[in-house]
Amino acid sequence: MSHIKKDKVRETPAVSTASLPDIVFMLLFFFMVATTMREVTLKVAVNKPQATEIQKLERKDLVTYIYVGTPRDETLYGTEPRVQLDDQLGTVDDVQTFVVVAREEINEAEQPLMTVSIKADGEVKMGLISDIKQELRKAQALKINYSTMPAIDAAGMIESNL
Amino acid sequence: MARKKREIAEINAGSMADIAFLLLIFFLVTTTMDIDKGLNRKLPPIDEEQTEQDNKIKKKNIFEVVVNANNDLLVEQEYMELTELREAAMNFIDNNGDGSCEECQGFNDPTSSDNPGKAIISVSSDRGTSYKTYVTVTNELIAAYNDLREGLSQRKFGKSVADLTEEQRDFIADVYPQIISEAEPVQIGG
Repeated sequence: MSHIKKDKVRETPAVSTASLPDIVFMLLFFFMVATTMREVTLKVAVNKPQATEIQKLERKDLVTYIYVGTPRDETLYGTEPRVQLDDQLGTVDDVQTFVVVAREEINEAEQPLMTVSIKADGEVKMGLISDIKQELRKAQALKINYSTMPAIDAAGMIESNL
Repeated sequence: MARKKREIAEINAGSMADIAFLLLIFFLVTTTMDIDKGLNRKLPPIDEEQTEQDNKIKKKNIFEVVVNANNDLLVEQEYMELTELREAAMNFIDNNGDGSCEECQGFNDPTSSDNPGKAIISVSSDRGTSYKTYVTVTNELIAAYNDLREGLSQRKFGKSVADLTEEQRDFIADVYPQIISEAEPVQIGG
C-alpha cells in the first residue's frame, strides 16, 4: 500500500538582504553628488522668485552669498526684511565690509572673478535691494547674480511672480 | 596525516547596511538640494564722469522701462503688460534705424534705435517695487537679447547658440551686445 506522506509545512526562504548595502550605497552616492553642503543656517525666510533666463553659477569658491528676507524669528527680529551675512543678521551698512573681507579670502589672481549672489525673497521691496547694490558698487563687487528658481516658461514665470 | 586547511572566518557584512544608512542620513540632513542658478548682471562702477556722457545719447536710442511701487510697467511713456515687454524690447533692439547692422531684421523705423550697438535699455524702479517684479522685468529683457541671439544663430549657422564655437558666439554677442542700464532708484510714486 502506498503510504501517504504527511504534508510538510513548506517554508518560504528568507528574502536575501545581501544587496541592501549596495542599494543604500547607491542612494548615498547619489545624495553626495547631487546636493551641496549647507553653508549657513538661514535666519531669514527666502522664497526666491522664478526666472527663465538663468545661468548656473560656476566656481562655488568664488561666490559670496547675501540673503535678504523677513526674519524667521519674528518675536526677536520683527517682520521688516533683513539682510543676512554669513550666520548673522546685519544691516545694509555691513555689506561693504562683508564683501571686502570675503574678497580678501580669495587668492589675488581670481579676485576680479568674485560673484556676489543675492538670494532675496520675492516680496522684498526694491529699496532694500538697491541699497545693497549701492553698497556692492562701493565695494567694487560688480559681478552679481540674482538667485532665482527655474521656471518652465515665461507665462508660468509671470503668473507666479505677480 | 591529512592536514585540514583552516578556513578563514568570513567577516559578517550584516551591519554594512546599517553603516551605509547612517552615512546616508547624515548626508540627507547636512546637505541641501539647492541649486545655485540665477540671473547674472553686472553693476556699473561708481564714476562721476559718466553722468556727463549720458546726456549725449540720443533719446531715441534709449528704451525706457519704469516700474512703479504698484508693480505697474511704463515702457516708453506708455502703460504695458509684462507679457508684451519681451516683444517690445526685441523690436527696439532689432530696429536698425541707420541700416548699419547687416544681420538685423528690424523695421528700420527712424524714430527708434539706430542699431543694436547703440540701443540702450534703461530700467528704473521705485523703492517700493517688489523684487520679484523687478526680477521678472530683468528676466524678460535678458530674454529679448537671448531670443534675438538665438534667431541670428539659427539663420547664420543653423544651430542653437549653445552649440556654437567660441568664435561664432563672439560674433553673435558682437551683433547684439547686451546693454541694460540700471538707473539708481528714485521715488516714482504710485
